[in-house]
Amino acid sequence: MAASYDYDDTAGYSQTAESLSYDPNVVPDSVKSFAVHLYRHIREKNVYEIHQMYETSFQTLSERMFKDTPWPSVDAVAKFVDNDHVFCLLYREMWFRHLYARLSPTLKQRIDSWDNYCSLFQVVLHGVVNMQLPNQWLWDMVDEFVYQFQSFCQYRAKMKNKTEQEIATLRQFDQAWNVYGVLNFLQALVEKSMIIQILEQEKEGLEQFTSTDGYDYDGGSNVLKVLGYFSMVGLLRVHCLLGDYHTGLKCLLPIDISQQGVYTIVIGSHITTIYHYGFANLMLRRYVEAIREFNKILLYIYKIKQYHQKSPQYEQILKKNEQMYALLAICLSLCPQVKLVDETVHSQLREKYGEKMLRMQRYDDEAFALYDELFSYACPKFITPSAPSYEEPLVNYNQDAYRLQLKLFLYEVKQQQLLSGVRTFLNVYSTISLGKLATYMEVDEPTLRTILMAYKHKTHAVDSDGKTISNADIDFYIDDDMVHVVESKPAKRYGDYFLRQIVKLEGVMNDMDRIKLD
Amino acid sequence: MGREREVAQKQQQSATSFTVEQLVAVNPYNPDILPDLENYVNEQVSSQTYSLDANLCLLRLYQFEPERMSTQIVARILVKALMAMPAPDFSLCLFLIPERVQMEEQFKTLIVLSHYLETARFRQFWDEAAKSRHLVEVVPGFEQAVQAYAIHVLSLTYQKVPRSILAEAINIEGLSLDKFLEHQVVNCGWILEKGQARGQLIVLPRNEFNHPELKKNSADSIPLEHITRIFPILG
Repeated sequence: MAASYDYDDTAGYSQTAESLSYDPNVVPDSVKSFAVHLYRHIREKNVYEIHQMYETSFQTLSERMFKDTPWPSVDAVAKFVDNDHVFCLLYREMWFRHLYARLSPTLKQRIDSWDNYCSLFQVVLHGVVNMQLPNQWLWDMVDEFVYQFQSFCQYRAKMKNKTEQEIATLRQFDQAWNVYGVLNFLQALVEKSMIIQILEQEKEGLEQFTSTDGYDYDGGSNVLKVLGYFSMVGLLRVHCLLGDYHTGLKCLLPIDISQQGVYTIVIGSHITTIYHYGFANLMLRRYVEAIREFNKILLYIYKIKQYHQKSPQYEQILKKNEQMYALLAICLSLCPQVKLVDETVHSQLREKYGEKMLRMQRYDDEAFALYDELFSYACPKFITPSAPSYEEPLVNYNQDAYRLQLKLFLYEVKQQQLLSGVRTFLNVYSTISLGKLATYMEVDEPTLRTILMAYKHKTHAVDSDGKTISNADIDFYIDDDMVHVVESKPAKRYGDYFLRQIVKLEGVMNDMDRIKLD
Repeated sequence: MGREREVAQKQQQSATSFTVEQLVAVNPYNPDILPDLENYVNEQVSSQTYSLDANLCLLRLYQFEPERMSTQIVARILVKALMAMPAPDFSLCLFLIPERVQMEEQFKTLIVLSHYLETARFRQFWDEAAKSRHLVEVVPGFEQAVQAYAIHVLSLTYQKVPRSILAEAINIEGLSLDKFLEHQVVNCGWILEKGQARGQLIVLPRNEFNHPELKKNSADSIPLEHITRIFPILG
């Protein structure tokens, strides 16, 4: 969520007209000063100042001087920063990110950006990097890396209007943004950083990571560790883009999302994690889990939104917020566990989707159209990872992946078609005979039995341990030919609440003790 | 995900299978393991074992390099995934298979079979399966796996199920059904009861889904892991 761009449809080949006046070799004083200071703060490991310059100065300068043009080229800037190799890689990473956000990258630039990520990650993986960078920046790197991969796949899949030269370039640089390369970089960062082991050891108190927000206060570098950490979220996202939800969730497993963690420090990372986690669970039919996490994050965004109004991520936060409301509407239409949703979130949801959700209960053509609409609006930008076949007549295939996921989702919706009808009746009876229920539902008894079994199957998901878990808002059992209805009571989690309060109280007491000592 | 459901129906993990599992764990994004994974699918078929992770890994490699895809292997993976019901494995696989491949006749049939199972229409399922023997019979244990799924759904739904309903769901009748019931009574705690009008009733084992009062109140339990976090404070 480095910036707000979700539409790569404009990605043309030619540079925009403003670039005519753009001279990559001209370095204005403000940029020179920016580079010099940033370089110094990085050498001095002054995370606070780095963060300020990264978050604020870079945005301000971009807004003021580089609204429609790229920043000065790295070659022009290098002489002000001792030609420092790593700094130049970092500068270029920001350079490309700015370009992607504000202009349309050319194919050549896409490939150059890939090369830059390769060099940067190689340095981190193999070199001795002893910098300390802000979590926000490290998150943006992983986030942007995945974004540019997705953007490249979309771009490549639009074969129809490619020039011969573009096609030749694509064939020549077939390793650029190759899906194996992307996945292996993320995987290598996870492995090399030993982050999974670090998180394991932290549970036993042998290691500090979460408690220091990922920073290293013993003179070491946080770069590899934190990149590795965020790469797990990156892997979740890539796998979701590929439609591989099971593997995506598996990649995220080392991060305990029921707790605060480094992923919650950076708002972009927090939202990306939960958005994809929730979406994957929705596709796996674990609706309750999806509802729970969407509810939590939507409530959180509702509370903190105002503090991010000036942040470059603000637009993106709002967009994901809206998308997650749409996903929540889908989940609750398939699995009406409204009790799990906080009152604030619920009233927002009613405002946005109340009327649509009523219609979605109906399961007619219009209802399907609504499921289609909400899914299409809120789903990730699915990609086809393979290269096109350049021989055949050139066709666009950028919509293929999305269409497949949509089709399979709607297929699932269709299978659940009759369940809301059952629900309506189960809601008003405590016992009812099969015969009577069949009459009310206007089906014969054998059909009713299959509907009831389908209800059971669809409302009981298999969790990650292979255990059956109930998602049912209303449950029942059949004794011979009598249906007995059981309403499930929401489980209040007092335990968690008390645990949190105990920790909080301890914190307050510690603070007070410290005051006394002074 | 802890769900390594290698249903070890035959508890003999051969040396090779161990290696493939390791390959997938250590190097999941390596195109070179594709042939190993294909062999492993065949091995799962013949040895009646199952590894979702390995199969998804293979489908992923096919997705990355469609020209290397073997539709025969894909079909086997899908049959195996059907056998893993009630888990959503079949959908998980379909999410990774390009639509034009899914248009092939054999896949269309498998999708229809899955649809019947997903909507608990067992009568239609068995009819359709009988018509597509060539597809499912190459995978040993198919019938038993679907029967196990049917029994799973029945046990979620019924405390007592009429014999005819059970017969239809598992596609066993008459004497074979008597034999089957006898076996279940001895091994799985089923009880046979005389029904009022329509013959035998089968009392299925109690679980929290057909006897909701058995449901543990999960609100009262806190994982030890969470408690350990406040140990330093308590101590």
